[in-house]
Amino acid sequence: MARIELEQVAKSWGDVVAVEPTDLVIEDGEFVAILGPSGCGKSTTLFMLAGIYAPTGGEIRFDGHLVNRVEARDRNVGIVFQSYALYPHMTVAKNIRFPLKFKGVPADEAARRVSEAARLVHVEELLDRLPAEMSGGQQQRVALARALVKEPQLLLLDEPLSNLDATLRLTMRAEIRRLQRRLGVTTILVTHDQIEATTMADRVVCMSKGRIEQIGTADDLYQRPNKLFVASFIGAPPINLLDGRAERGTVRVGELTLPASGIEGAVVLGIRPEHLGLSAPGHGLAGRILTVEPLGRETLYEVATPLGSLRVLEAGSERRWREGDASGVTVPDEALLIFDKASERRLETASLALAEAA
Amino acid sequence: MTSQSSATSRSSAAARRQLANMALFMGPATVLLFMFFIAPVVVDVFVAFTDMGRSLRVTEFTTANFERLLTNDSRIGPTMAVTFTYVLLTLGIFNVTFGLLLALTTTALPERSGAFFRAIWLLPRMSPSVVYALLWAWVIGPTDRGLINQVAVGWLGLEPVDLLSNQPMLLIVLANGFIGASMGMIIFTSAIRAIPEHLFHAARVDGAGPLAVIWHITLPALRWPLSFITVYQTLSLLVSFEYIWLITNGGPFYDTMVFALYVYKRAFENGQYAYGAALSLILVAIGIAASLLMWRLLDMKRLLQTPKIEVQ
Ligand SMILES: Nc1ncnc2c1ncn2[C@@H]1O[C@H](COP(=O)(O)OP(=O)(O)O)[C@@H](O)[C@H]1O
Ligand SMILES: [Mg+2]
Repeated sequence: MARIELEQVAKSWGDVVAVEPTDLVIEDGEFVAILGPSGCGKSTTLFMLAGIYAPTGGEIRFDGHLVNRVEARDRNVGIVFQSYALYPHMTVAKNIRFPLKFKGVPADEAARRVSEAARLVHVEELLDRLPAEMSGGQQQRVALARALVKEPQLLLLDEPLSNLDATLRLTMRAEIRRLQRRLGVTTILVTHDQIEATTMADRVVCMSKGRIEQIGTADDLYQRPNKLFVASFIGAPPINLLDGRAERGTVRVGELTLPASGIEGAVVLGIRPEHLGLSAPGHGLAGRILTVEPLGRETLYEVATPLGSLRVLEAGSERRWREGDASGVTVPDEALLIFDKASERRLETASLALAEAA
Repeated sequence: MTSQSSATSRSSAAARRQLANMALFMGPATVLLFMFFIAPVVVDVFVAFTDMGRSLRVTEFTTANFERLLTNDSRIGPTMAVTFTYVLLTLGIFNVTFGLLLALTTTALPERSGAFFRAIWLLPRMSPSVVYALLWAWVIGPTDRGLINQVAVGWLGLEPVDLLSNQPMLLIVLANGFIGASMGMIIFTSAIRAIPEHLFHAARVDGAGPLAVIWHITLPALRWPLSFITVYQTLSLLVSFEYIWLITNGGPFYDTMVFALYVYKRAFENGQYAYGAALSLILVAIGIAASLLMWRLLDMKRLLQTPKIEVQ
């Protein structure tokens, strides 16, 4: 197990910058998710930790030891690739055993560890199969067993669930989480799926365009996003963003004027769909229902308003509104997130609720 | 009644379409096979049973050629031995091993320098045979004009080297191998390229060094290309003799007289067409036997894939 430190770690290929200089510390035994859209440098970061790519700048330390120049094979890292990367000509048993070949593990101990790892991920029955003879879920388990059999000090998972169907993803999510807790191995999960990141990891690192935008718990990222990107990436259905102006203690967005002291200039207002409400016409903003999407426990409405079209999430599945209906859209003051338009950083303001309480 | 007749007409239309498809898909291959393999063999067998000579006239049908071949030609054994040595060495050293080495090293280099070195090794294949042979004649020239001797005598102060007289087998193996290696190189290179990159990454993370990666990841993926090159090059080395003819002409004495060259000389230089035809049947038989043997040994059947499109 190891404590992982990245200090100003960067990677570029010629002019293509995959990862900007990045600082990150992962505690011993921690489960961290790196979350971000495709192409933001998640896999590159992971591969630098594994020793597959050499960083073009900065320092990587495992338990305080600089490993920049340590070869992949000497880092004792287990990795599960997005494509699983099982050796196609080897049976499951041989695949799992492969890492032990190079560690000088005696044959009987190797056999014991292979069957133990196979049992851990429930593939004991498949030991004689070739990768091509297994389903995606089974291959994924085997890849996990191969990564765990060498008892790595760091486990890296590159979108391990993205090729599985929805139900299998749900079970594997819980299973990986349980395994990680049990083994206590420092783990980094790379994913573009926010649910995966927030349900599995202790902390989530949100990345965009090679840069870490925010590090925090699921709650931190959802309730208190530091950057506009985080606010718009986290949350489904996505947040409503409205351009506005802050001056003299208020923020104005079209006809809407909200109290917000201490800020000036062009801003972007973020309102989560569940914080908006539909009401009889005449209350709040004048709206007209554009689309209705029943989601099961909730219903998502898209409503045309003078501020533009807004997503509104209502609890319950009964359709109280139909397409074309006129309605009011109510905006609560206290749930607003306000970002500086130029820097895209969130601005701290005294909200109406706080102002009234004072 | 009507439905029955329309059903039969539909099934006959299906049968016709099936026939048309068969002609369309199998036709070209069948025509080529017939024109370039079956027809020549039939003609060859026919000529072998005649007394055709330089005049191209056939006066009688006879088995005399086969009697001579079996009882009265002391050259067959030695030329076969030369052929065997030549094919084995060229194949073993160059066409497979060196081709593989070139593919492994040039794919490990950065893309552009890799392509550069592969292009260099392709050059001999692109130059006309006669030019290539002349080049060799200059390289091995026994006087101090020859390239090898310029180095050996001029720079290193050694005795002059005469490859043509002293190491003729080495010479033809080198000359053919330098050309032959590039085919394996190209096939192996594309096969190595087709290996998913993550397999190499996984193996490195799992603790494999460079040689272990080649052994455990690259070579298993090259199993079929290796079989293919072995079979294909064996057959083409068995029957090709142009560079040997141009560089050593089978000599000195019969030291580099491969069987194919011997057949050629008997038939075309001595004008014994009928006897040459009989001799070349041996080559056909060896070729078929070698293919079948390797088909079994290398399990080539598994190379055959079920069709990607089903044709009715
Ligand atoms: N081997 C490579 N050569 C050049 N560019 C690369 C290479 N690998 C990744 N990139 C680039 O680096 C960026 C980040 O890639 P990656 O880390 O794979 O993204 P992610 O895993 O977040 O989807 C992308 O713009 C990608 O095109
Ligand atoms: Mg990726």
